[in-house]
Amino acid sequence: MKKGDQFYKVFNNCFISIRKNYLLWLMVLPAVIEVFIFHYIPIYGIQLAFREYDFSTGGFGGKWVGFKYFTQFFNSYQFKNILWNTFFISISNILIGFPVPIILAILINQLRHQRIKGILQTTVYMPHFISTPVMVGLLIVLLAPNTGIISRFLNMIFGIGSLNLLGEPKAFVPLYVLSEVWQHAGWNSIVYLAVLSNVDLELYEACRVDGGGRWHIIRYVELPVLVPTMLILLILSLGNILSVGFEKVFLMQNSLNIRASEVIPTYVYKIGLLSAQFSYATAIGLFNTIINFTFLSIGNRIAKRLTGWSLW
Amino acid sequence: MKGLSILRHKKASDIISDLFIYIMCALVFIIIAYPLYFVVLASISDANLVALGQVTLYPKGFSWFAYQKIFEDERIWIGYRNTIFYTVFGTLFNLFLTLPAAYALSRKEFGPRHKLMFYFIFTMFFSGGLIPTYILIKKLGLENTPWVFIVPFSVNIYNMIVTRVYFETSIPQELFEAAMLDGCSHLRFFLKIVLPLSKPVISVIALYYIVGHWNDFFTGLIYIRDASLVPLQLVLRDILISNLVFKEGVGLGGAAGGYAQRYADAIKYALIIVASLPVLILYPFLQKYFEKGIMLGAIKG
Repeated sequence: MKKGDQFYKVFNNCFISIRKNYLLWLMVLPAVIEVFIFHYIPIYGIQLAFREYDFSTGGFGGKWVGFKYFTQFFNSYQFKNILWNTFFISISNILIGFPVPIILAILINQLRHQRIKGILQTTVYMPHFISTPVMVGLLIVLLAPNTGIISRFLNMIFGIGSLNLLGEPKAFVPLYVLSEVWQHAGWNSIVYLAVLSNVDLELYEACRVDGGGRWHIIRYVELPVLVPTMLILLILSLGNILSVGFEKVFLMQNSLNIRASEVIPTYVYKIGLLSAQFSYATAIGLFNTIINFTFLSIGNRIAKRLTGWSLW
Repeated sequence: MKGLSILRHKKASDIISDLFIYIMCALVFIIIAYPLYFVVLASISDANLVALGQVTLYPKGFSWFAYQKIFEDERIWIGYRNTIFYTVFGTLFNLFLTLPAAYALSRKEFGPRHKLMFYFIFTMFFSGGLIPTYILIKKLGLENTPWVFIVPFSVNIYNMIVTRVYFETSIPQELFEAAMLDGCSHLRFFLKIVLPLSKPVISVIALYYIVGHWNDFFTGLIYIRDASLVPLQLVLRDILISNLVFKEGVGLGGAAGGYAQRYADAIKYALIIVASLPVLILYPFLQKYFEKGIMLGAIKG
């Protein structure tokens, strides 16, 4: 009897609060429905990884096959290569792409002349807005053997200008990572610049009075104040450890460099969409998501312990 | 920093470090700006001179050839038209969903708001993956239609959070209470007071959405088969990357690979400019707004 009463109370309270705030509910409802349809229903669709795709029912209610497709993936001859490529590209991207915006922010922050600072900032933010096809197109045309300016430049210094770098598996990761940095480091430095611009001027004074030169200021005033932000962003990027962006790798791939450029997202695309092995591709995608989520959770726990801040 | 310029105790090490700073900044500037500058130069110079490396700091052998060819290529016009359509209507739909939701979530008296926040944020970390999403969109009949660019994934949670934070911090509580006393409903308050006061944040997230739509290559790649529906980015990929520069194919009339390729390259340079023009023109004016958006989002979010 009592439990029934309690349940009725909760239900009634919900009802009352909905009625009181029905306008607010109405305002948030479209977004709620939209997210439910396009985010939560596909999450349910993950169960396809454990079933045979049945063309007649289209994604639901196929025969249950358990871990068949996961084992298939782990045993496939491409597994090690794809996993390694994905991991290697991702880690290289973090190792190089993480410090550069910080250094850039500190550098730009040193400028005293507002006009020059403004021009520099506008310039370095710009490449971020170039679309991926344009960026890769730019890369292709600038790296054209012998005629592209990057090829020409490399020829001057290393004498390797006639190589087709985009066809060279060993060059794939450097090209990918360096162009990522070129394109996004500027934009990614905004967060750090914002933090730096809020630093108390008295801290600078104090450092100066203690006889500190520029390097001391950077080391003892600016870097420490950036550490919290650095940690947060580092953890977020670790959560994407096995998540390389599909578009850019896909567009940079060709039959010559495929050995180094096949990553999980592109493989899922080819297996799932091009050869319609839906269940198999879903299983691989789920594997990817789980690894990322695991790393994110670990990173989150570390963050909590180190800084008291965490995502959840 | 104004503070730094007040401190005039200049040591020798300062002058050296000043020089170092300026050199580094100059290097950064050149590394970023020169490739883009070069593309502009190359797009209006004679293709052969460009290929021979004669064009470095200013255009040579002035020629509109590349731009002409682009003007004549109807694939590009179709792509432009489609992308403009998808961008305009897509962004309108984005705002229509995001703004009211952000408002509702910013109201303290809205009890479920924390649970709803979790509901939304969860999707940032966990997703169904490519295949379930593809199957869903197919089943909904959105595949190969213009609507696939407008309806799915129209709520960007990050943008919603930025907007919510803005509503929470920039709309004074007294304003709200005064309006409520006058018998104003949430909807009227939102439409007549909050929205007009929120032009900065609306501009920021509208711009984020616009750039998102404009640069979207993935949606077109996965879901579009009709040549009449392709967005600009797909056309760009065909020309810039798959090298389908001329509609009839490179190497017409038995031209040797080198000859045709040079003209193909010229067209590519020009196309890069044409494709990025809207964003690169708007961008300097709107940079302030973008920055504000990041700071709002990053520091509070």
